[in-house]
Amino acid sequence: MRALATVPAMTYLVVLMVIPLGLVIAYAFLTAGRFGGVQGPVTLDNVTRMLEPLYREVLASSVFNAGAATLIAFAIGFPAALAITRLPSHWQTAALIAVVLPFWTNFLIRTYAWIILLNREGLLNDGLALAGLGPIDFLYTRQAVILGLTYAYIPLMVLPIYASLQRLDPQLLEAAQNLGAGAWRRFRTILLPLTLPGIITGCLFVFIPSLGNFVIPELLGGGNSQMIGNLIRDQFLKSRDWPFGSALSLMVLALLIIIVMFQASAARRTRRWGA
Amino acid sequence: MKTQRISARRAVVLGIGGAVSAVLLAACGGGSSGGDSAPSLDPNADLSKQSIVVSNWDAYMDPDAALKFTDTTKANMTVANHATNEEIVGKLTAGGDPGIDVAFVSGQYAQALNDAGLLEPIDPNLVPNLANLYPESKNLAFDPGNKFSVPYAWGTTGICYREDLVASPPTSWNDLLNPAPEYEKKTLMLSTQPWLNLPAAKALGFSANTTNDGELEQIKQQLLKTKPTLLGFDDVTFYERLASGEVVMAVAWDGWCNYSGDPNVKFVVPSEGADLWADTMVVLKSSKNKEAAMAYINFMIGDEMQGWMTNNILYKSPNKAVAEKAAAELGADYPNIAMTPADLAKGEGLIDLGEASKIYQQIATEVQAS
Repeated sequence: MRALATVPAMTYLVVLMVIPLGLVIAYAFLTAGRFGGVQGPVTLDNVTRMLEPLYREVLASSVFNAGAATLIAFAIGFPAALAITRLPSHWQTAALIAVVLPFWTNFLIRTYAWIILLNREGLLNDGLALAGLGPIDFLYTRQAVILGLTYAYIPLMVLPIYASLQRLDPQLLEAAQNLGAGAWRRFRTILLPLTLPGIITGCLFVFIPSLGNFVIPELLGGGNSQMIGNLIRDQFLKSRDWPFGSALSLMVLALLIIIVMFQASAARRTRRWGA
Repeated sequence: MKTQRISARRAVVLGIGGAVSAVLLAACGGGSSGGDSAPSLDPNADLSKQSIVVSNWDAYMDPDAALKFTDTTKANMTVANHATNEEIVGKLTAGGDPGIDVAFVSGQYAQALNDAGLLEPIDPNLVPNLANLYPESKNLAFDPGNKFSVPYAWGTTGICYREDLVASPPTSWNDLLNPAPEYEKKTLMLSTQPWLNLPAAKALGFSANTTNDGELEQIKQQLLKTKPTLLGFDDVTFYERLASGEVVMAVAWDGWCNYSGDPNVKFVVPSEGADLWADTMVVLKSSKNKEAAMAYINFMIGDEMQGWMTNNILYKSPNKAVAEKAAAELGADYPNIAMTPADLAKGEGLIDLGEASKIYQQIATEVQAS
């Protein structure tokens, strides 16, 4: 009977994970068909092509953008989460809704709004012009892409950090203060280690979708600063090279598995500290 | 040329569908596609007993086309949409019966579909309106004599530019490929092939359909050199960016400059020449209602539907009477509509490149990733 109970979960896993992943792995070693799809012979060409400097640079640049977005999201998100926990409880709910609110608007529209703000004829440059400055090319730069990624995913940083800050016993901080620890010391020795699981979760929640994102680099990077997501998308929708797209996807997957393994070991270590 | 972004979800569906149908096809041995001797069509078939499914780009024909077609011929018709040539060709080549009778595809894709043995020959007796088309439009490089396709719209590719923001109008592809310093980061190119290659191919004096490895390498080198000077690649919103003034020159299909709604946006075909493209209608061999399918094609190249197309899409019509009327009425505001077939025929007809199209796609990937 117990075996029977696992059938839905196993079916779910096999149908939605094992089979698709198996297809991606298999496709990565086949040859592109004329109109998309795959055909024989089996080949390593896609893997060797993927390791060419051109594509390694795209990956490195994507990791940089996603990493920068994650760091900025942390730098803004941690103080924001901390500030929310200090609010009276009914205001906390309001503040959390405000954090999540942009998520209820269509992602494309939110991103498009940045174009209106940032472009050479946009609101920001209009403002600068009033002050006798500019115009500055904000849009279609790497900075614009990082800004867009940060903006899109910052709620995913705030929420897990808020959750772990809430679980933190405020008496620990009071005790530390009474014993003469300064603000920095309290942050470094109490806040940071005890909320580390939330921080790591938030960082992963921002980093992973940022790394694969292709809409933001296309709209704010102007198609001129491709990320790995654009490259993969184009292999399927434009170039009809499914095998190469699959190989690139596997490379991203491998990178993310390594990162998640780091996270798991870091989480284990914090548990040991906690005990 | 109409291209739109295909949705990610559709790609996934296509992907899984492709894998499944490949298996099915192998199992069935492609039973229904055997036998190349097409049974001749019956000119007296009762069309009221026939119904067809037409797959077209969204908003590329009169929204009332289906109603009007049924009024005229009594045949029933359903419309399906596709976003890109790639999407519809993927569907039609996946094997089995796609359930589509007539498809709109660009000329070079029609040629590829015909090479794959998927198209029904056009029966000129059932498409009498062919007599109303320009002779030039019936002799396009991908299908001279309309053996398997009939043109719906045709045109060329050039440069859209802001007359008020450039010192002098561009005359050469090089004005965009190697721009003057003041235009750097104010230009756009198309990212889809073969139009990504086209400006460099023509500027270097090569064929728009070149499959020569050395020439393709030179094209790629030029594009790699051009890329840092571009604001980006844009196939969809370039006319808006011309209107806003952030872009002063963009590679564009002729009709699209008109969508900017800005009288300062002009269109020019550079002196080195360009392409001649056509969007066509084809009948699938798997169709069970081929008489109605032919009647539909006949209807779509008739005066009413062609008039709608050229007035609303602002592409040139291959129908002589419609095109001449449009040139007189719209030519002043939309100069591309005033181009004559002789102007168009200076462009090089795009054809299917077979296996070499993979090299084109690799160039697109490498240039955009660089």
